[in-house]
Amino acid sequence: MEIVLVGLNHRTAPVEVRERVSFTTEQARRAAEELRARGILEETLVLSTCNRSEVYGVPPESSHECAPGLSTFLSEFHSVRPDILGVSLYHHYDQEAVRHLFRVSAGLDSMMLGEAEILGQVREAYRFAHEQGATGPVLNRLFQGALEVGKRVRTETELGTRPMSVASAGVKLAERIFGKLNERKALVLGAGTISEQVVSQLRDRGIAQLQVMNRSRDRADELAEQFGGKVVGWGEWGTALQSPDVVVSSVSADEPVLRRDIVERAMAARGNRALFLMDLGVPRNIDPSVGELYNVYVYNTDDLSEIVQQNRNARESEVPRAQGIVDEHVTKFLSWQASVELVGLVDALRVKMREERASFIRSRMEPMKHLTEADRAHVEKLMDEMLEKLLLGPAERLRGEKELRRKIQNVEALRDLFLSNREKP
Amino acid sequence: MNHLFPILTVLAYLLSFGLYVRFLASGKKLTGRLGTLFLGLGLVAHYFALLERSRGLHTVPYHDLYGSMSLFGWLLALTYLGLELYHRQQSVGAFVMPFILAFFLAAHLAPADRLSPPAAHGATFAFHVTLSILAYAAFALSFVLSLIFLGEERLLRSHKLGNMVWRLPPLELLERMSQSSVLVGLVSIAIGTALGFVWVDRLSSEYSFYDPKYVVTLLVLLLYVLYLRLAGTGAWRGARASRLCIFNFLIVVLSFTVVNLYLSHSHRYF
Repeated sequence: MEIVLVGLNHRTAPVEVRERVSFTTEQARRAAEELRARGILEETLVLSTCNRSEVYGVPPESSHECAPGLSTFLSEFHSVRPDILGVSLYHHYDQEAVRHLFRVSAGLDSMMLGEAEILGQVREAYRFAHEQGATGPVLNRLFQGALEVGKRVRTETELGTRPMSVASAGVKLAERIFGKLNERKALVLGAGTISEQVVSQLRDRGIAQLQVMNRSRDRADELAEQFGGKVVGWGEWGTALQSPDVVVSSVSADEPVLRRDIVERAMAARGNRALFLMDLGVPRNIDPSVGELYNVYVYNTDDLSEIVQQNRNARESEVPRAQGIVDEHVTKFLSWQASVELVGLVDALRVKMREERASFIRSRMEPMKHLTEADRAHVEKLMDEMLEKLLLGPAERLRGEKELRRKIQNVEALRDLFLSNREKP
Repeated sequence: MNHLFPILTVLAYLLSFGLYVRFLASGKKLTGRLGTLFLGLGLVAHYFALLERSRGLHTVPYHDLYGSMSLFGWLLALTYLGLELYHRQQSVGAFVMPFILAFFLAAHLAPADRLSPPAAHGATFAFHVTLSILAYAAFALSFVLSLIFLGEERLLRSHKLGNMVWRLPPLELLERMSQSSVLVGLVSIAIGTALGFVWVDRLSSEYSFYDPKYVVTLLVLLLYVLYLRLAGTGAWRGARASRLCIFNFLIVVLSFTVVNLYLSHSHRYF
């Protein structure tokens, strides 16, 4: 009942290797099938995201023995030379494999510490493998534990709560003022990459209306079409600033494009409804004195970067708490694993003792001709009772006492001692 | 007198306060819900504490200052709970609970007055008093919400966000919550005052229509109507409306204290 993990991620492999070893859904299904058909693994799960490709499995024999076969399989499956793949692959066994997966689902192993998407990806990979019948009792338990870890880390720590990019920090700030943004309107000045990132975040939050204003009409049309917005002519401030609640600006200009007098007039026209201005341009696109106007909130790139840095520090300070949750669940899983193995051992011991009892009674009672069938049955019953009594206590203790299971670290040694048919050397 | 219910009330309110503070710091939904649950339990225990005290002293809660304060605390908690459930916003609990606790403790830790049994004033009078205190509680709540608004607005404008800003309600929600609370207060004070006049009218031989309390109550009513009117207009929406709300509450405090104790002929503790 060992666990093996072979994989690579953003730390061990460059993107050109990662993209060659990634699995589509169909490939994941086929790989899992082949691994089981070839007898390399009994249970299989493929986790493939843009930053990692990992194969988790339960091998029929020792996990250390199956790892090279698994590496070779990956190399053949993706047609990547073993020497290229070999330097990028990591192998984890049992406890380390469990810890690795729990860290992954907690977001501790992600490129962006605490990112939320990975938990959904782990959930989806598990659901898919489970539906395909590729998982069994061990991987089911392992991945259910991983999902629990991910959920607990996200609810009990602040690892994933705060925005980690300038775009998301700006959008989160807008939410501090307006609440949900699904009934709000936004104006985007400039149609560059940064604007696109912010617009994408606003769209995710269901912004009601999007206006795009750009010097180049073509690029404005492109962005507006991409996100379902409408284009406003450059410099038409009177109409452009009347309805939006959020303005995102990233224009390439030497002078501020949004001057105080423009915003002052707009605020009067809009009845002083709150206005959140995100100035992502360098040099700044919005006159700093605009921030002094009533109900106007201005944040520039430096302000937002500072917030991101504070949030990064806050997330890093949460790592020990998240790690504590991971450790707790690793211990829990290992305890479950040991209990299953130990209970299996006791059951096997019971079967063996019954067999021994049968042959023992046959050989010893053969000469006792004076015993009736009823006497023989009675003796057999008494022996069975004695054997059950001998095993019942330890079996119950193994089921009930976690600490005892923890103390018995090497189940294989016990199995070898009691169940092996080897003669004394 | 049995101290079980007052002790249970304090424990429930303290737990609720602690949980709301923890919710504000951690953002865990379960903590916030538990805060609400303990506030609800505190309300029930507080109700029985009020009932027990009234039965023990053979009086109504608003017959003395301490009873009035305790009733005020209870109605403040009730109004807040209603507002929290209506707006689904638990971040404000940490700021409101100290007020509720303070009123309850001030009322119950102080030595009891030797009270003469109150005159039997009837249901109209009881509604008049209860609705008036409910209005003061609602205005107190809008005062706290306005303070939070100004604090959060200042932090957002100065770009010094810290940890707490991410947990506080959005500014526009705070405005809406404050306006809801004022609306509850206005309706209560309008009905309460009307019932008061009905009651005075019935007993016109004993009570006068000329009392400074009436003037101040009318002023309070007008000021809060003005607040509701201005809060939606261009020049006032946002921080200015919140400042007006804070000013209005100072008048309410004046009405509740100086006017009641020194100027009014017929109002003592409400």
